[in-house]
Formats: sequence, structure tokens, C-alpha cells
Amino acid sequence: MNVSETNVIELDRATIRISGRSILADTSFAIRRGEFIGVLGPNGAGKTTLMRAILGLIPPSAGSLRVFGNTPQRGDPAIGYVPQVRTVLPDLRVRGFDFIASSLHGERWGMPSLARADRKMIDATLVSVGARDLAERPLSEMSGGERQRLLLAQALLGEPRLLLLDEPLIGLDYRYQEAVIELVRRFARDRNITVLFSAHELNQLIGVLDRVLYLGNGHAALGTVAEVVTAPVLSQLYGADINVVHADGHIFVLSRGRDVERADHLHDEGHDHEHHHA
Amino acid sequence: MLEYDFMRNAFVAAGVAAVVSGLVGYFLVLRGQTFAGHALGHIGFAGATGAVLIGVAPVWGLVGFTVAAGIAMGMMGERISGRDVAIGIVLSLALGFGLLFLHYYTAFATQATALLFGNVLAVDRSMIATLIGLGVITLGGLAAIMRPLIFASLQPELAEAKGVPLRFVSTAFLAIVALAVSESAQIVGTLMVFSLMVGPPATAQRLATGLWSGLALSAGLAMAEAWLGIAIAYYTDWPVSFCIALLSALGYFVTCGSWLSHRSPFRAGGATEEKPRPLSP
Repeated sequence: MNVSETNVIELDRATIRISGRSILADTSFAIRRGEFIGVLGPNGAGKTTLMRAILGLIPPSAGSLRVFGNTPQRGDPAIGYVPQVRTVLPDLRVRGFDFIASSLHGERWGMPSLARADRKMIDATLVSVGARDLAERPLSEMSGGERQRLLLAQALLGEPRLLLLDEPLIGLDYRYQEAVIELVRRFARDRNITVLFSAHELNQLIGVLDRVLYLGNGHAALGTVAEVVTAPVLSQLYGADINVVHADGHIFVLSRGRDVERADHLHDEGHDHEHHHA
Repeated sequence: MLEYDFMRNAFVAAGVAAVVSGLVGYFLVLRGQTFAGHALGHIGFAGATGAVLIGVAPVWGLVGFTVAAGIAMGMMGERISGRDVAIGIVLSLALGFGLLFLHYYTAFATQATALLFGNVLAVDRSMIATLIGLGVITLGGLAAIMRPLIFASLQPELAEAKGVPLRFVSTAFLAIVALAVSESAQIVGTLMVFSLMVGPPATAQRLATGLWSGLALSAGLAMAEAWLGIAIAYYTDWPVSFCIALLSALGYFVTCGSWLSHRSPFRAGGATEEKPRPLSP
């Protein structure tokens, strides 16, 4: 098996720019099949932009980006995606089944129609993430955790080989966060799916991730937690003096005594996200 | 009452317009774009009065102006509801133009009332043919874009990632809404298009959570309200548009009330936990 077959995502000296700003400059790395990658970095570092580039929505302005060995194509059915910005109309009374069924061949023209096999697949996927009961319930009556479960089921439809999950833990309470992480881990491992999972907090993911991709300041660092989550690497990415403190099996990333990840997270709850797409 | 020709015409015309309005309106409500639909009605008023001024049938002025305005709104941006101020200003400007056109066509006062508030009892055979023709085009267009429209309405971010051309779908949809507004305006008038295009779909979405059941219910409710409204008007001598608007409002608030009463306020909290985020500009 040659290298391009085992690498799901390859960046070769790629530059990705969005509204005149370099999110990644001259960056190279490769993500192998079946890896669970935690994507971290300060707000605005480009976690969302990187995922949108992988989806084929933003072509690199220099260098190359390859997904499954090819230039990414918009609408690739092999990629399951849960966007970070999830516009949910507050009064949407559509039932869960119809909500996720809308994504199946949703880009085709004409009237929506579902083959019996499609219905079976949706049912089976809902069962596999323990969301069968959400099929008949209207979205307006679901909690944030239930909606997230539904969106995960949707991303898993059609047996994707790559999952891009953009901040799937935001807005969920701790119990649901653990459940979502465990669900993704089990699903990905059983089916050898590659996962990019962006998050604010490293600690929750430490037990499940294979490698971590830290973004910041136009650069990226990919490696094991021990390799990447170190004071020198993070100081460069954050453009500030960073201390990494290990305590009680947890890792804290501190800048002048402040917990950066937590500060980011609090900031996030109060305001809109900086790394919105264009 | 069906022994009168004008009553039979009224029922046919109202039935056609109601089904079209109920189906298109379902998506208007689903997308949270009802204000855009309202604005298109006002813009249609200017179109209709302007058409009369230059000697064209008002319905074609209505169609021309609303479709042009719908396409313009669609090209302005994906989430038109975020541009309420601009729409509001254009809306009153359109009404102002309508007034100006009326000013130069002074013999037009009764027809102005008909345009603003509808006059379904004056519909003739040729208008019915026009309504059916427009209706077929409207529903044909809706059927052609329905699948990506549903996807883009429910999950715009994901739809974009999967290759749905959001801007095009949104623009095509507003052009379809414009045609439906033109139909609806023939029955209930440009000022009261909400009673057929928003009332029945909003009621249907309260009652049915499936897409197909919701669509069918929306069209059925619109037709029932339109026909019942005409019947009530026949026996009471009240204006037809008032009766339809009354039924539309009744339907909506009755379902709202019954839905709220059996919904625990504590369960509602969970649903608001995730606030809707606006799309980026």
C-alpha cells in the first residue's frame, strides 16, 4: 500500500486564505486513515476554515490539499460533516426523521423522494446512535443534546469514510459531551473512519484521540499530545508565552496564569464565533 | 348559492389560489421569510396600479413587479429576513408609488379597493384560466427546486457544503413566492395575502410535524378557509376577504392555544438552550 492510499488528508505546502488573512501558510501535514484527530487552537485560528477547505469550499491559494488522494470536491458523499454554525429556526416543528432525511441527496433537483432502502438506512443509523425516539419528535421540542445526536446520526448516513465534526460539544452539558465523544469514538473505530473533531478543551478528548492538530498564527502542529502540547510549540502557535501544566491526569494550557482554553470557551458562550465562514 | 355563475367562479378561483398559496406558503413559513412575502404583496400593488395606468391588465403588472422584486430580494442575500429594515422601507415606497399611480388615474377608486382587499366575486372565466395557468407554472417551479429548497431551508450550512447553490435556490424560491402572491392577491387583495399564504401554513406546522402531511394540511386548510369564507360572506354579506382573514386567524390562534396549554414550560427550556445563530454576513 503506498502513502497516498493510507493518507486521507494531505497538505503539501498549502496556504489557505480567507478574506485576505492566511489561516494556514505554507503548511504540510498528513492524516492517516482511521485516525481520531482532535483539532484545537485559539478562536479564529481556522478550525472551521480548515474543515471547509477539506470539504472543497475553499481552494488553497498555494500548494496542494488532497482528500482521499484527490482535489476535494464539494458534496463528496464520503465525508460526513457537522457544521459549527447550526442555524435552527426557534419554532421549527419538523420531525427529526424529515430533518435528517432532507440531507440525503438534498442537492438534487426535483421533488424529495426516499427509496425504501434510504428509509431503512436512516432508521438503522438512528438506532445505532440511540436516537430512534427522535425520529417522530419535532425539532422545537428537542434539547441541545438531542439535536446534536440527531446531527451526528445525519453525518453518519451513507457510511462516510471521513467525519468532520466542528465543535460538536458546544452548548452541551458535561454528561452529553461525554456521550457524544464516546459515540463518535465507537462508531469511528468499528468502521475505520477518520475523524477530525474540533473542540475547546483538550482534556475530554485525551482518552480517545490518536493525534492532536493544533492551529494558530497561520501554522499547524500535528502530533501526539506529548509532542504537540508543550510550552515551546504552543507558545509559537499562540504567539504568546504559554505554560503547559500537567496535573491529576489533566493538561492545562496557561498564558500568564490564565487557562487559555477555558477563557476561550467562556468568551465563546457570550459572543458570536470569530471564525465564521465568509 | 352555487346557482349563481359568479359564485361558482369565486369558488373555483379561490380554490386554485388557496392550494397554490398553501403549498408555497408552507415553505415561506418554514424559512422564516413571511415578511418578504408581505412586502411582495405591497410591491404588487404598485405594479397593478402602474399597469392600469398604462392600459395593461392589473394582474400582469402584479406578476411583473412581484417577480422582479422577488428576484432582486433573492440576489441581495440568502437570509432576507435579516434585512427587515430594507424590506420595510421598500415596502412603504412601493405603496407610495401605488398611491401616485392612483393619483394620475382618478377614475380608479373602486378598483383600488379591489386590488388592496380583493374582490373574488368579480372573477370571470378568463381570470380563472389565468389563475390556473399561473398556478401550474408556480407549482411546477416549486416541484423543480423542492428537494434542495427543503435542505437549504432546514440546514443552510450543511446544504452549502453538499453543493446546493443557496443563492440560486433562494432567488428562484422568491420568484415562486411572487407568483403565489399574485394569485393570492386576486382573491384576498395585496394587503391581505397573509391570510392565505401564512395563516394556513403556520397552522399546519403547529398540527403536523411531517413534511408531506404538513404540506397537504396547509393546502387543505387554505382551501377550506377560502371556501368557508366565501360561504360565510354569501350568507352574512360581509366582505369575503374579512371572512377568510378571520378564519385564518382563528385557525392559527386556536392551534397555538391548544399547543401551549399542554406544553410544560420546563420542557420548553431545553429547546431554547441552543439559540439560533445568525448566518455570517
